Amino acid sequence: MESTAATTPLPLDIPLPLPADPILLQALLVVLFLWHILFVNLMVGGSLLTVVFELIGRRRPEFDALARATAGTVTVNKSLAVVLGVGPLLGLNVLYTVHFYSANALTGAAWISLVPLVTLAFLVTYAHKYSWDRLAGRKGLHLAIGMAGAAMFLAIPLIFLANINLMLFPARWLEVRGFASALALPNVWPRYLHFLAASVAVTGLFLLVYFLRPGGGVAASPSALDRLALRRLFYGIALGASALQLMFGPLVLITLPRPGLSWFLAGVIGVGVVLAIFALVLMWREIAAPRANATPRAAIVVALITATAFTMGYGRHVYRETALRDHRAQMAVHTRDTGWLAAAAQWREATGQGVAQVPLGQRIFESTCAACHGVDRVLVGPSLREIAGIYGGDPGGIAAWAADPGRKRPELPPMPAFRLGEEKLRAVADYMLQLGSGGSPAEDG
Amino acid sequence: MDFPIFHLDVFGNRLLIAAIASLHVVINHMLAVGAAPLIAFLEWRGYATGDERWDRLAYRLLFICFIVTTSLGALTGVGIWLSTSLVNPHAIGSLIRVFFWAWFSEWIVFVTEVALILIYTLSWRTDWARRHKRAHLGLGVALAVASWLTMAVIVAILGFQMDTGVWTVDPGFWTAVLNPLYLPQLFFRTPFALVAAGLFALAVTGRLTRGDPEFRGRAVRTISAWTLLFCVPWLAAAWGYWQAIPARMLDNVSTALTTLAFQQYLDPLRLLIGASLGAVVLACAWGVGAPRRLPSAVLVVPAVLAVWQLAYFERVREFIRKPDIVAAYMYSNALRPADYPLYAQDGLLAHATYASVRAVTGENRIQAGREVFRLACSRCHTTRGVNGIVAKLAGLYGPGAWDPAVLDTYLAGMHNARPFMPPLPGTATERAALADYLIALRHDPAGLDGAQTAGAAGSTR
Ligand code: HEC
Ligand code: HEC
Repeated sequence: MESTAATTPLPLDIPLPLPADPILLQALLVVLFLWHILFVNLMVGGSLLTVVFELIGRRRPEFDALARATAGTVTVNKSLAVVLGVGPLLGLNVLYTVHFYSANALTGAAWISLVPLVTLAFLVTYAHKYSWDRLAGRKGLHLAIGMAGAAMFLAIPLIFLANINLMLFPARWLEVRGFASALALPNVWPRYLHFLAASVAVTGLFLLVYFLRPGGGVAASPSALDRLALRRLFYGIALGASALQLMFGPLVLITLPRPGLSWFLAGVIGVGVVLAIFALVLMWREIAAPRANATPRAAIVVALITATAFTMGYGRHVYRETALRDHRAQMAVHTRDTGWLAAAAQWREATGQGVAQVPLGQRIFESTCAACHGVDRVLVGPSLREIAGIYGGDPGGIAAWAADPGRKRPELPPMPAFRLGEEKLRAVADYMLQLGSGGSPAEDG
Repeated sequence: MDFPIFHLDVFGNRLLIAAIASLHVVINHMLAVGAAPLIAFLEWRGYATGDERWDRLAYRLLFICFIVTTSLGALTGVGIWLSTSLVNPHAIGSLIRVFFWAWFSEWIVFVTEVALILIYTLSWRTDWARRHKRAHLGLGVALAVASWLTMAVIVAILGFQMDTGVWTVDPGFWTAVLNPLYLPQLFFRTPFALVAAGLFALAVTGRLTRGDPEFRGRAVRTISAWTLLFCVPWLAAAWGYWQAIPARMLDNVSTALTTLAFQQYLDPLRLLIGASLGAVVLACAWGVGAPRRLPSAVLVVPAVLAVWQLAYFERVREFIRKPDIVAAYMYSNALRPADYPLYAQDGLLAHATYASVRAVTGENRIQAGREVFRLACSRCHTTRGVNGIVAKLAGLYGPGAWDPAVLDTYLAGMHNARPFMPPLPGTATERAALADYLIALRHDPAGLDGAQTAGAAGSTR
C-alpha cells in the first residue's frame, strides 16, 4: 500500500460477493462484447458509407439508391448496437466496478452527454432515412442531415474508448482533469483509428453479403449498379479498410503502456494477424474474379475476419486483466483490512466502550431536539425558557405537542412531528422542563 | 468515499437522475408497457371486424411508439444507469452485485423486445403481414409480454431499495427479489401503464382520425372503455401499495409532495392529485358515453395529467425512501451505517480515498470542512444551486450571523431533525470543521467542483 499510495489511489472494493465465478463472468463479457461491437461497427461504418454513397450519388444516381438501401440497414443496426451494449456493460460494471466507475466520474460531463448525443444521433438518422423522398429536391439539406448523424456516430465511440482506456491506469487518475485530458493518455487515438477502420471493413463485408446473398436474386440488388460492380465495390471497401489495419494495428500495440504486455498477449494477437492476412489475400483474389454472387468464398472471408475479431477482443481482455492485476490485489487486501477495522469499531460501540452512559431524556434531547431548541434563545424553534413557561408542570403537554405539533408562531417554520413513543417523549419533556426552568443538570454549550 | 466524486453544483445530482429517470418511466409505461397490448388489441379489432381503419390507427400509434421508444426510451433507460453510476457508484455497484442475474435476464428480454418492435413495425405494411395477419398479431402479443417482463424485473430492484426485507439477515438473490414491496408495486404499475397508454392513444386518436367523425367516435369509445376498465385495478392497487409502504417512509410523504418550502400547500396539492385522478376517470367515462361530443383538445388533457402523475409518482417514491438508497444497508450519501462507528473513531477523512486532506488541523479547517461536505452532503445538496445548502441554512438561521456552535448542534442531530437525511458521519472535530466551512461558504462565491472538472483529488480553491 505504501509503495504506491503517493500517486496511485487505493480505493476499497465493493464489499459484496461477485454474483458468479469470475471466469464465467469474463467469458460472458468477451463474447457479448463481440456481438455488441459488431453492430456498433455496422452502425458507424454504415452511416459513414451512406453519406459517401449519397455524395457520389449526386453525379451518379445509382449510388443514391445504394445510399438509401444502406441507410435502411443503419436504423436497424443502431438499435441492436444499443441493446446489445447493455449486456457487456453489465459485465464490465460487475467485474471492474471500481475501475470503470472511477473513469466514468473523471470524464463525467462527456460520459453523461452520451445520453442526449446518442438519442439525437438516432433521431437524426431516422429523419435522414424517412425524408429521402420529401427532400429529394433539396439534396444539400438532406446530405447535411446525414452528415450530422455520421458526425455524432463518430464522436460517440471516442467517449467510450476514453473511459475503457482510462480505467486501466489508476496511476494516472489523479492527473486527469476531465474528458479532454483523458483523451491525451497514450493509446486512445491509435485505438480509435483501429476501430474506425474495422467499422468500415466490417460494414463492407456485411453489405456484400446482405445485398448479394444468393437467395436475394437481382431484385435484392439495391440499385442499377450491376452485381459485378457491387461485388467489386464492397470487396474493395473491405479490403482497403483492412489493409489500413496493417498500419493502425502495430501503432496500437506500440503505444500500449508496458504493464499489461505479456508473451501470451503477443501470441493471441499474432494468431489474429495471421488470420487477417489470409482474409486479405482471399479478398484480393475475389475482387479479380468475375463472379456475380457473394459466393461461398465470402463465407470464408467472414469466418476469418470473425476469428480475427475474436482474437483481438480476447487480447484486449488479456491486456486488461494483466494491467489491473497488481492494483486489484492491493485493493483486495485493503478492503479486507478495513472490513476488520469497521467490525471492531462496531463491536466497541455495541458493547458501550467509549460511549458515555447518558440518561434517556438528555440523550433524546441532544440528538433530536437540540438542533432547533436552545436554552435561552430561539434557534429554529422557541427557547426552553419559553417552553417551560408554557408547559411548567405539564410534561405530558410537551409530549403531546412533539408527537403532533400544531402551528403557533407564524414567524417560525413548522416543527416536524416526532412519534418516539410515550416513554421517550415523557423523558425528554421532563428533561426540557428541568433545563428550561433553570434547574439545569448541565449547562447548554 | 472510494470513487472520485462527480458533482453538478448548479443543477444538482438528484435532479440529473430525476430528469432522466422520470422521462424514462413516462416513455416506458406510456409508450411501451401499456401501449403494446393496446396496439395489438386495436390491430385485432381491425382483423376481427375487417375494418381497415382500425389497422391503420394501430399502425400509426405504433409508429410513434417505435420512434420514441427506440431512441429516447432506450437511451434514457441506459441513461438511468449512466447517471446513477456517476452520482452514486457505490450504490449502483452494490445493486448490480445483488441483482446481476435479474438484470441479465432483463437484458435478454430487452433484446427480444427491441427485436420484436423492429419486426412488428417494419413488417406491418409488407405483403407477408397482410397475408399472415394472425402471425403478425402474434408478434404484437409477444411484444406486449416482453415489454411487461422487462418492467417486472426492474420493479424488483426498486422495491428492494425501499425495503430490503429479510435480505439483511439472509442475503441472497431470491430474498432480494422477493422483497416486501415487489408485488404491491408491480400490481400498481401494471394497470398504471395500461391507463397511461390509453390516455396517450386518446390524445393522438383525436388528431389521427380527424377526417372521419364516424370512426373517430368509435375509436374514442373503444379506447376510453379500455382505459376505464384498467382504472379500477389501478386505483385499487394504489391503495394496496400505500398499505405496504413502511411507516417511517410515510412520514416523508409530506416533504416529498411539496418540499419544505411549500408545506402550507399540502392540502391543496392533495386535492389537486385527487382531482387529476377524477378528471382521468371522468374523461374516459365521457369518452364511453358521448365520444362524438369530446373535442380533440379535451382529449389531450388527461394524457398530460397522466404524464404528470407518472413523473410525480416517481419523485415521491424516490424521495420517501430517504435517507437510505438501499434500505437498511446504505444511506443516500453512499456510506453504510455499518461503517459509521469506524468513521466516528478514526474520522471520515482518514478513510476517504480522494479527500485532499486527511485530518482537520488548525490551518485547514475550511478545506477539511469542504471535503466533509463533499463526502456527506453533496449527493443531495449543491452549494447555491438546486437544494443549495446556503439557502437551506439561511432558511433556518436567517440573515444575521450564524453561530458555529448552533450549527454544530444542528449537524449532530440533523438526522433526527429531518429524518430524510442520514446522520453526519465522522468525528466531532470534523463536524466543527464542516460548520466552519458552511459559515465561510456563505461569503465565498466559489462553489464546489466535481471530479469531472477538478479531478479526483478535489478542488482546493
Ligand atoms: C426542525 C426543528 C425542530 C426540531 C428538531 C424540534 N422542534 Fe420543537 N419546535 C420547532 C418550531 C419551529 C417550533 C415552533 C412552532 C410553532 O410555534 O408554530 C417548535 C415548538 C416546540 C414546542 C412549543 C409548542 C408550543 O405549544 O408552543 C415544544 C414543546 C417543542 N417544540 C418540543 C420539541 C421536542 C420535544 C423536540 C424533540 C423531540 C423538538 N421540539 C424538536 C422546531 C423544532
Ligand atoms: C439524502 C439526501 C441528503 C443528504 C445526504 C443531506 N441532505 Fe440536507 N436535505 C435534504 C433534503 C431533501 C432537504 C429538504 C429539501 C426541501 O424540501 O427543502 C434537506 C434539507 C436540509 C436543510 C434544511 C432543513 C430544514 O429544516 O429546513 C439543511 C440545513 C441541510 N439539509 C443540511 C445538510 C447537511 C449539512 C448535510 C451533510 C452533512 C446534508 N444536509 C445531507 C437531503 C439531504
